[in-house]
Amino acid sequence: MGAQGAAPQGDDESGRGVGRRRFLGYVLAGPTLVVAAQLGEEVLAPTEAQAAIPSLPEPADILDLTDLLTTAALPTSGLISIQLNTDGTASFALPRAEVGQGVTTSTAMLIAEELDIPLAQVKITLADARPELLFNQLTGASNTTVSTYTPIRVAAATARQRLLAAAAAQFGVPASTLTTAAGVVSSPSGQSATYGSLAVAAASQVTLQVGVALKAQSDFQVIGTAQNRIDALDIVTGRKQFAMDLSVPNALPTMVCRPPTVNGTPLSVQNLAAVKAMPGVTDVVTIATGVAVRAATFGQCIDAVRALQVTWAPGTEDNSSDATVQQELKAAELPLVVPPLNLLAQTVEATFTFAFASNSALEPNCAIADVRPGRAEVWAAVKAPIVAQGAIAAKLGLLPSAVTVHVVQGGGSFGRKLFFDAALEAAEISQLMGKPVKLMWHRTDEFRQGRTHPMSTSHVRATHALGQVLTFEQRHTSVATDFGHGLGEVITALVADLPVGDIGFSETIFELSQQTPYNFGVTTQLLSEVDKGFNTGSMRGIYSPNVRCAQELIVDRLAAGVGQDPYQFRRQTLKDPRAVAVLDKVAQLGDWGRTMAPGTAQGIALHPEYHSVAAMLVEIDCTPATTGRQIPDAYTGPRVTKVVCAVDAGLAVNPLGLQAQMMGGIMDGIAVALTSGMHLDNGVFQEGSWDNYFYTRQWNTPPDLQIVVMPPTSGTPGGAGELAVGAAMAAVACAYARATGTMPTSFPINHAAPLSFTPLPTTPPIPQSPVDGLPRAY
Amino acid sequence: MSAHTFILNGKPVSVDVEDDVRLLWVLRDVLGVTGPKYGCGLGVCQACTSHINGKAFNPCSVPVSAIQPTDEITTIEGLPATVGKDLHPMQEAWLEYDVAQCGYCQPGQIMAAVAKVRQARAAGHEIGDADFDEIRNICRCGTYFRIREAITAGAKNF
Ligand code: FES
Ligand code: FES
Repeated sequence: MGAQGAAPQGDDESGRGVGRRRFLGYVLAGPTLVVAAQLGEEVLAPTEAQAAIPSLPEPADILDLTDLLTTAALPTSGLISIQLNTDGTASFALPRAEVGQGVTTSTAMLIAEELDIPLAQVKITLADARPELLFNQLTGASNTTVSTYTPIRVAAATARQRLLAAAAAQFGVPASTLTTAAGVVSSPSGQSATYGSLAVAAASQVTLQVGVALKAQSDFQVIGTAQNRIDALDIVTGRKQFAMDLSVPNALPTMVCRPPTVNGTPLSVQNLAAVKAMPGVTDVVTIATGVAVRAATFGQCIDAVRALQVTWAPGTEDNSSDATVQQELKAAELPLVVPPLNLLAQTVEATFTFAFASNSALEPNCAIADVRPGRAEVWAAVKAPIVAQGAIAAKLGLLPSAVTVHVVQGGGSFGRKLFFDAALEAAEISQLMGKPVKLMWHRTDEFRQGRTHPMSTSHVRATHALGQVLTFEQRHTSVATDFGHGLGEVITALVADLPVGDIGFSETIFELSQQTPYNFGVTTQLLSEVDKGFNTGSMRGIYSPNVRCAQELIVDRLAAGVGQDPYQFRRQTLKDPRAVAVLDKVAQLGDWGRTMAPGTAQGIALHPEYHSVAAMLVEIDCTPATTGRQIPDAYTGPRVTKVVCAVDAGLAVNPLGLQAQMMGGIMDGIAVALTSGMHLDNGVFQEGSWDNYFYTRQWNTPPDLQIVVMPPTSGTPGGAGELAVGAAMAAVACAYARATGTMPTSFPINHAAPLSFTPLPTTPPIPQSPVDGLPRAY
Repeated sequence: MSAHTFILNGKPVSVDVEDDVRLLWVLRDVLGVTGPKYGCGLGVCQACTSHINGKAFNPCSVPVSAIQPTDEITTIEGLPATVGKDLHPMQEAWLEYDVAQCGYCQPGQIMAAVAKVRQARAAGHEIGDADFDEIRNICRCGTYFRIREAITAGAKNF
């Protein structure tokens, strides 16, 4: 065929998707219709920088951490598939973890949109570990919606196209005359067929590749609408099952007696026989991290753990305390380049210290394991199940293919469930005992031996002259963050292609995730890390909340230095118009600059990350009447009385879910700014209870909270899970500085004060449950 | 081991277990009633909150031997039956405001909310900000604000 005769390709196919790009879908062989798509999508376009005094684009401006995960998702051979069932439902096993962030709901929405099916007819489960998905089964860096947005829609659109074809054959009319709505195909003459009735006819006996177009954004009926969580009813009725709620035959309650100091190890047990003879106890074994007991009830496990007399070898940090770690950090700080005393410019400079913090969720570390000769089965909420599967197999001496990892819905994560500490321990215990176990960490273990967000310092020096910022340098120094959960492997596989030069692994993550959203002339942000002896992890962000808090406090100082209002100064130096828009929104809605009573003040800040941006305006009350509130076993302190948040997530798939993520992030930001930190004393974290570790409670919840979701800006969803924390923490810190007249440099701000609680003993490692429940009933 | 009887979600139950085992473990590990969650075992987090004779309490902090045969224990599973419906108005309000995130704390939050509304009424007022500030239940997902909204709405319907 000559060139002149060639039919136009691709862009002008008939029906939906005229003039738009086509994607590749698959119809898989199956008894009913099964469709699939390749997981992964193209790297998103770079952000443009528009400069007052232009800063060179930083690596994070060009390609941020969520791009990296999305890029890593490209070369995988694994497909994700949707099955159409004869009852009209569509089933999809999501290769991600649901830990409260709402990805099962947003995923169901994507399928409902492209398939034209009611949301309630989409059934989402979590996929077991699928090694063939490689990097595609890691839930982190707020990446899920970003990397699955297109592939899931492609699969759903493929299904719709097949259903249309099957109906066309049945009705004897061209497919182009048919329409779909609410799970039914209809013809103009009034014929109709439900998807369920077409599920077999639309099936294929062989695997086919087909081209499909996606709905235009202007045609969306589900995406962008507020939808309740699909598991809300199960949650409010108590039916939602977490790992510890599963009933696996003979998997009896199991707990571990843990060492008195961080990472101590068991040497010997003095009273093994006596503990084995305790009521309910079935087994006691020594494992790498302590001494495990299995009993009829968790209550009897607690008794046994408390009764165990164990001799412990020292831990990894027995001589470390807050002050010694701070010295280590100081010694490891990378030098700043611009001299502090400058004849031509004025300098603003400060060093901020951020305490260790606990990333423990309300559901403690837990897992069920059933290890038999030659095979193992594990149930746990893990965000990196493929890595978990490999590690468990190695620990047990099995091939990965002999280990099944069931991903269970998690009771919160905040970074903790990127790791699989409990799954690994449960497998080890089950193998040693030769019995199935249901392992639970005690709350006190969660704080004392669980992962922490590492202590860090941030040294910022900025210079300005003639009303303009000339330089902005930030040196972040942190106790090492553990990335041994799979994100590490993503980075290692791709690091050679990144625009960050020859730097180390953590530094790569830092460069990829940290940005300065302002045009501050010559800008550098560098990380250095020390001390690998702690159990660490991210906590709704890796470095961002602390880095951002330090930056925004200095931005307020710079604004004062150049004689400008903090809001106006920010808006004039911001690089990205989307950032200006959210800042304007909160300033206007929150009545920025209104007169505030003494001891109270406003603060304003913003945080861009993962192609999204959030701004916060907060009001804080630091008056003695408020800071002196008396609540038993509580730290009250200043109260954030109002938060106005505006968020631009590019395209919010579910605005109600996005608002929920912002709300949660705001509570975290308030906590890390004001109240929640860990005190390290000779290898022991002093906190051992929620009444010691002051995560935000109702008495510190802002009674006034407004969250505005901006209209779509970029057409693709950005990350949102971690976004609000940095902006909220920074805005609270800025408000506190203004209300008290003193810029805080140590976080949380109550950290330096004497402990307001009596630390629990370290031996036995966990406290007994109280018996005063009835007198306290209300 | 000794036998303990009480009324659980409207039905008499009997369990054979040591006297000092806390009720939470009797519910979860022996009876398989998993709505009440473990978050601390210390009477702090309130994730296990259930009702005893209509009052909110922490089963993690009550030995089973302290429960009398006539005591009525209600967990989240039995809450709707207390109003003779499929859902208690507080659960409906939770759905309306899409309160839950991970959901782990929410059975305890709802049980606490119902009792808190009743407690405020017994003290002669409708629930408000000062009462909300007394609720100790942890939500590590930070759903506190929607909890306040949902309680305000739910209280109007029972
Ligand atoms: S588990 Fe009962 S109060 Fe925490
Ligand atoms: S919803 Fe997750 S702890 Fe409350």
